Amino acid sequence: MKKNWPLWEVFVRSKNGLEHRHFGSLHAADAEMALENARDVYTRRNEGVSIWVVESKYITASNPENNPEMFEPAKDKVYRHPTFYDLPDEIKHM
Amino acid sequence: MSEEKIKDLENQFEERIARDDKIEPKDWMPEKYRKTHIRQISQHAHSEIVGMLPEGNWITRAPSLRRKVALLAKVQDEGGHGLYLYSAAETLGISRDEMIEQLHSGKAKYSSIFNYPSVTWADIGAIGWLVDGAAIINQVALCGTSFGPYARAMVRICKEESFHQRQGYEIMLTLANGTPEQKAMAQDALNRWWWPSLMMFGPRDEDSPNTALSMKWKLKRKTNDELRQQFIDQTVPQAELIDLKVPDPDLKWNEERGHYDFGPIDWDEFWQVVKGHGPCNRERMEARRSAWENGAWVREAAMAHADKKAKKSLNKAS
Amino acid sequence: MKENLYQYILEIADNCLILGQRLGELCGHGPNLETDIACTNISLDLLGQVRSYYQYAAQVMEDGRTEDDIAFMRMEREYRNTLLVEQPNTDFAFIISRQFMFDLYHYLFLKELQHSRDLSLSAIASKSIKEVSYHLRFSSDWMKRLGDGTEESQRRMQAAINTLWPYFEELFEISDAGKALIKEGIAVDTKGLKKDYLNSAREYLQEANLIMPEVEHFMKGGKSGVHSEHMGYILADLQYMQRAYPNMNW
Repeated sequence: MKKNWPLWEVFVRSKNGLEHRHFGSLHAADAEMALENARDVYTRRNEGVSIWVVESKYITASNPENNPEMFEPAKDKVYRHPTFYDLPDEIKHM
Repeated sequence: MSEEKIKDLENQFEERIARDDKIEPKDWMPEKYRKTHIRQISQHAHSEIVGMLPEGNWITRAPSLRRKVALLAKVQDEGGHGLYLYSAAETLGISRDEMIEQLHSGKAKYSSIFNYPSVTWADIGAIGWLVDGAAIINQVALCGTSFGPYARAMVRICKEESFHQRQGYEIMLTLANGTPEQKAMAQDALNRWWWPSLMMFGPRDEDSPNTALSMKWKLKRKTNDELRQQFIDQTVPQAELIDLKVPDPDLKWNEERGHYDFGPIDWDEFWQVVKGHGPCNRERMEARRSAWENGAWVREAAMAHADKKAKKSLNKAS
Repeated sequence: MKENLYQYILEIADNCLILGQRLGELCGHGPNLETDIACTNISLDLLGQVRSYYQYAAQVMEDGRTEDDIAFMRMEREYRNTLLVEQPNTDFAFIISRQFMFDLYHYLFLKELQHSRDLSLSAIASKSIKEVSYHLRFSSDWMKRLGDGTEESQRRMQAAINTLWPYFEELFEISDAGKALIKEGIAVDTKGLKKDYLNSAREYLQEANLIMPEVEHFMKGGKSGVHSEHMGYILADLQYMQRAYPNMNW
């Protein structure tokens, strides 16, 4: 029975102060190998100071079919944004 | 799903692409879109991987340490690019192993250019300059393609490839400024790689039935002939600058068109190589298959070890 | 003194050159893409180190030779690498075992070389040891995976270790140049490192489900320029361009 190396997602922090960002994916047999492979594949040009790897199957993703109910309700909540509120012109910064 | 519903989804889908929305893997897409993308992206990935071979052929023989590390890094990049592209295709529901299977069985194609042999050191210069030059023109166009993972892979690849063509041109420049022997070596390489490089853009537009669909899905932003012309226009002055002669007696600047006119391409040769009769088709496939087969026990052992380790930590936990 | 230092630099650098060359052969032919890319990174690290060493050697000799003259234009008997690094890429078990045996030595060696009184050597060592720590991590992880993987991988690994083990001792051999420079505080006295090497190696091997072979006779010769039959072919590739087209710029 042949078992392929599973797929992993790679997240890299480019420099301290920035968040980890999704860089891509790769195959590895285990977590250590995934980290090493990520280092060798995605940081060859000094792109990172920290790496996260997670096996792709553990990511739960929203389904685009549900996008109307998931994301559209947030569209008209204008009162969450600062421009919703009227202030006198004298107030320059708030 | 009813036919009507599918038609409706298709219309929405086409509208999204028309207004430059990106398509992401979990979005609904027509089956044809999925299949076409799997085919094109995997073909692109295979080209990167097979493309490692003609250049890899010169790693151990590179003439200086500086050239050796540059070539090694470049060939390695191509492996990385293959990896990015396989990953992009995998988001469409095909595994890398399946794609590799298709390559090895001959079902999947790769760029024919890599079926030509790299016989002298100057070929490494010519490949970097011409083959990568042609590839970059194609790839820059693809950075705006509609399928998100493919577009993102292309952006990363284009960024990394910027040194590849310079590396090649610098080799040619050094040879062209060298001894008569070196200059002859450079000219010979240009003679052999020029026409196959022009063929890299694919058949003429009138012989390319998929172009319309590819344009619609932004898998292509320009036609084969337009890209080929762009390549010629940009490359001829580069050859002149280092005093090498492009091997085309019909090549002439056309003031009216604002482009170079060029001679007929030998499409018979192109189709022969596509069909498997190029000088190195067999060697390339043998090299890929044997690497894969010789690595089978390694891949299997790593998996077995990972399973053992997982079991051990499970036992510890319980 | 100058001659001794030159010879000593070659002893260090030639190992990196020949191993880098061997790994370069693998590029494009690895067991899968990720591993292929990783092995090439090691090769690139080693060749980078080689350039620093040869540039320094050229500076020491001041005879107009460049890093490339030193890398490409010597006769076989003038190369000072150990026999271990010339051994062929028989299969991935050999590649990993050779790498592991060298990495462990290389790491222990550079740790000491950092304290050399020769500031150029200590600077190269300090830079290289970061790379080599990673090499050791990579190769020892793979030792475990393959040694404690499947029956087949275990068998292949043990066979590779059995074949290669007789070559480990030469890594610690001290040449005349080395002896002279140890007195100056420039060279590393590798005698003291062998015990650490054996202790560490034993632990790694044990964890990898592998047995350290009992060896009656150790192979040596490379450090004094008497190489295996493989070496001529390695140099035929390495030197091909420089020999076929002498005195040209590339």
